[in-house]
Amino acid sequence: MGEEDYYLELCERPVHFEKANPVNCVFFDEANKQVFAVRSGGATGVVVKGPDDRNPLSFRMEDKGEVKCIKFSLENKILAVQRTSKTVVLPEKRNLKLLKSQNINVNWYMYCPESAVILLSTTVLGNVLQPFYFRAGTMSKLPKFEIELPAAPKSTKLSLSERDIAMATIYGQLYVLFLRHHSRTSNSTGAEVVLYHLPREGACKKMHILKLNRTGKFALNVVDNLVVVHHQDTETSVIFDIKLRGEFDGTITLHHPVLPARSIQPCQIPVAGPAPVTSQSPIPCKLYSSSWIVFQPDIIISASQGYLWNLQVKLQPIVNLLPDKGRLMDFLLQRRECKTVVLSVCSQMLTESDRATLPVIATVFDKLNQEYKKYLDAEQSYTLALEAGQSRSGPFLRRPARTQAVVDQSDMYTHVLSAFAEKKEMPQKFMIAVLMEYIRSLNQFQITVQHYLHELVIKTLVQHNLFYTLHQFLQYHVLSDSKPLACLLLSLESFYPPAHQLSLDMLKRLSTANDEIVEVLLSKHQVLAALRFIRGIGGHDNISARKFLDAAKQTEDHMLFYTIFRFFEQRNQRLRGNPSFTPGEHCEEHVAFFKQVFGDQALMRPTTF
Amino acid sequence: MAAAAAGAGAGAAQEKQFPPALLSFFIYNPRFGPREGEEENKILFYYPNEVEKNEKIRNVGLCEAIVQFTRTFSPSKPAKSLHTQKNRQFFNEPEEHFWMVMVVRNPIIEKQSKDGKPVVEYQEEELLDKVYSSVLQQCYSMYKLFNGTFLRAMEDGGVKLLKERLEKFFHRYLQTLHLQSCDLLDIFGGISFFPLDKMTYLKIQSFINRMEESLSIVKYTAFLYNDQLIWSGLEQDDMRILYKYLTTSLFPRHIEPELAGRDSPIRAEMPGNLQHYGRFLTGPLNLNDPEAKCRFPKIFVNTDDTYEALHLIVYKAMSAAVCFMIDASIQPTLDFCRRLDSIVGPQLTVLASDICEQFNINKRISGSEKEPQFKFIYFNHMNLAEKSTIHMRKTPSVSLTSVHPDLMKILGDINSDFTRVDEDEEIIVKAMSDYWVVGKKSDQRELYVILNQKNANLIEVNEEVKKLCATQFNNIFFLD
Repeated sequence: MGEEDYYLELCERPVHFEKANPVNCVFFDEANKQVFAVRSGGATGVVVKGPDDRNPLSFRMEDKGEVKCIKFSLENKILAVQRTSKTVVLPEKRNLKLLKSQNINVNWYMYCPESAVILLSTTVLGNVLQPFYFRAGTMSKLPKFEIELPAAPKSTKLSLSERDIAMATIYGQLYVLFLRHHSRTSNSTGAEVVLYHLPREGACKKMHILKLNRTGKFALNVVDNLVVVHHQDTETSVIFDIKLRGEFDGTITLHHPVLPARSIQPCQIPVAGPAPVTSQSPIPCKLYSSSWIVFQPDIIISASQGYLWNLQVKLQPIVNLLPDKGRLMDFLLQRRECKTVVLSVCSQMLTESDRATLPVIATVFDKLNQEYKKYLDAEQSYTLALEAGQSRSGPFLRRPARTQAVVDQSDMYTHVLSAFAEKKEMPQKFMIAVLMEYIRSLNQFQITVQHYLHELVIKTLVQHNLFYTLHQFLQYHVLSDSKPLACLLLSLESFYPPAHQLSLDMLKRLSTANDEIVEVLLSKHQVLAALRFIRGIGGHDNISARKFLDAAKQTEDHMLFYTIFRFFEQRNQRLRGNPSFTPGEHCEEHVAFFKQVFGDQALMRPTTF
Repeated sequence: MAAAAAGAGAGAAQEKQFPPALLSFFIYNPRFGPREGEEENKILFYYPNEVEKNEKIRNVGLCEAIVQFTRTFSPSKPAKSLHTQKNRQFFNEPEEHFWMVMVVRNPIIEKQSKDGKPVVEYQEEELLDKVYSSVLQQCYSMYKLFNGTFLRAMEDGGVKLLKERLEKFFHRYLQTLHLQSCDLLDIFGGISFFPLDKMTYLKIQSFINRMEESLSIVKYTAFLYNDQLIWSGLEQDDMRILYKYLTTSLFPRHIEPELAGRDSPIRAEMPGNLQHYGRFLTGPLNLNDPEAKCRFPKIFVNTDDTYEALHLIVYKAMSAAVCFMIDASIQPTLDFCRRLDSIVGPQLTVLASDICEQFNINKRISGSEKEPQFKFIYFNHMNLAEKSTIHMRKTPSVSLTSVHPDLMKILGDINSDFTRVDEDEEIIVKAMSDYWVVGKKSDQRELYVILNQKNANLIEVNEEVKKLCATQFNNIFFLD
């Protein structure tokens, strides 16, 4: 199995601590994610390491017996040590105040620091869970709910163990995960994980079932909104994504593993020694070891080896493991660091050897643009709200986050399409089809297509001499009007004469390019047409007489020159009451030319009053 | 209409009208019989065939002489037509030394003289040269579309093969020339494009690209809706003649089963398919028949350079028609046709109803549902786009116009004037029948408007036309 096949890995820089042994006890605090190594009850030292701490804390405390539990408060302000089952010691003298009390018979509890929710296991069977939610010093009781046990237990002993329950936030929602083991009485094919959605308000609801299709010992992690289920017997793991489409029966969605089961990527650790200065060669890390303890959301601790890892998902290997490109995109777009991989998938499906079919390419583009559009919409409503002045009304207004799933036109152009359009070996039909498919998709999501994409289409068509195709696209306004595009078309006139007409039409539609239209017409010596155009839009009082007279003179058509000259004389008369040109108009040369050709008497006479 | 009046005038009125008619049509090559006594060899095709041999030779010789003689006056532009009292002859040399000649009898008015004898009067000035020259050129283009060039036939099988091909093609084709209803539109030989919003157009693009990918042997595709073009993978000139064939010959022939609807007896004879409305207009009629013949018309395109022979597969679902063109060296099998039907049929059915729906929405938005107030013909030389509110739907036999032939003739005259100069022009004519006729030419575009406002003055007519341009042509650069 090559390295490109593993999609889970342990983080590169684990937290290393002194491994557990008779004189060294190791504790883990889920709230602060800190590991405590307590040597000889603290007398010879306590070393505290967290995932982000550069410098571990170390201190000594008196050995007052076996430590059962040890934790810091948030920000390491207060240390609490538990030595007997009923007392907690704070090394400094502090006052504790009872804020609220609830009287419940509890089998066990579980606390989720991220969501500040505590679950209490109640009743004889232990399967009725009572959640409480802590916020700003208050504690609110949420509706209790019952976990359905695999088979009706005959005895009345505790049937739900805390080992089979986990709490995690997935896609922003808190879930209670229940590992339901395979029961011989039911006809299920294996164990499954049942997800109960626990909202802040309202009742807890069974939402998803993850089918494991195997039996044995399992452990759960949640990484990047994926539920990872480790299976010790086979030393493999599977992942589930509850956002991917599953089998929905109206209330509950059944999910199967996204990918075939794989081991976590094998790795090596330095030989554990008292001081990590030894230059001994590293040894392979024992994966899925029975001494592994798994914490939520993504922590794996090996007490016997003295390591704490964060579990990570590798996206690149998944590309080849998920052949359905649509599903692959759905999966990737939900991942935190997906952009590079998403773009590489796009590039790959456009290579000659790995070419996807057009329907698949269309699906991928649509999925990208759906995310892109979602972001654009959020951005727009944010801007609108800002303009409406809602910014003062509260903290609700937050600029929408641009996640890596937002792959915009510029990304696609830079990383995928421009390189694709350069490929010589690519059949031109496919090339054009792909570019048009991307433009189709953008349009479908009502995203304004950027000018550089249109330019890419035009350049590609021109390169392959597909002028008639280009003409048809322009005729149906598939390539949106813009000044740069109109100029590009003008430049194509010598290869394809109709480009001139297409360009003029475009300038006309823009309605902000009247000066350009006049320039184009004058450059073609269509002086009269230019003048009629500018008169048609009522701009003839502001144009430069000299420019038009120059152009008329260049045509060497004397009658045309006469007409243009007369037009401006009449304009002068109308605007200033005198047909002659002012010195500022710099038309002396043309007046002289007029006199030379038609004689002095041909000049218009000032109207006398 | 001249055609309609011919019968009606017989009883009550004293006049009988006879529309222009085809007198003869022949193709010859002077190089094939340069010596005396061998003149017959020059003649490659002659209609009507019943004409006595010597007369054929005489007529061909006369044309040859006229062309030769007039060449001395204008070496680069030989004579195109010869006017006589009774008829007009049109000459065309589509390939070097190959001449096509069409002789059209002028329209006739038959009057009763005082003594009761009929007097025949030829209307010498009725026919427009440009219209019939264009018809003659079209004859060649149509022949070439289905047979390739004359030269290629010569290379493939000598004069014998060429003669066979000409005989086979023109024998049928000449019957479909409706010389009495030829007009300005024949000069343009334009293409009517189906108006469509960008998104639906892109969907069609996407459909075509997918079909070309799945049916990998397809070389070119064309897409039409309501007999109007939306997409052509062929080059413009080839599409122009193929469009002519589709809209004046193939589609009209298939119109009846469509109008009959799905449950009619005619429809029931068609291969039943419940999933979609797709069917072949060329090729196999019934896909379930294992003996079904998969023969498709062969067409020739890009004859100037790559010279490609293709099979023309025309497939239609509701109002949407797709032409798939595949290399003629590949013989499409029944399996291929079935596959095409199963892939294209369902998708084209959905697409056709999408187009229809979108078209109706756009029509409602733009408010163009109402009858157009203006009668006009528009043509753009650049993309061959043609639009006419004068012509009704074309039937296989005649193209009906909603205006008097006299007005159509004025349009033709204006067009001739436009051809003479390169500059933009505008011509306004007050017709005898109190109609105003306006012709405008701007760059490569021509617009002809007929206004029925007999009391309007020149300025008002000009304003009306401006209004029309502002509503119908505001998105193009069209000088006022």
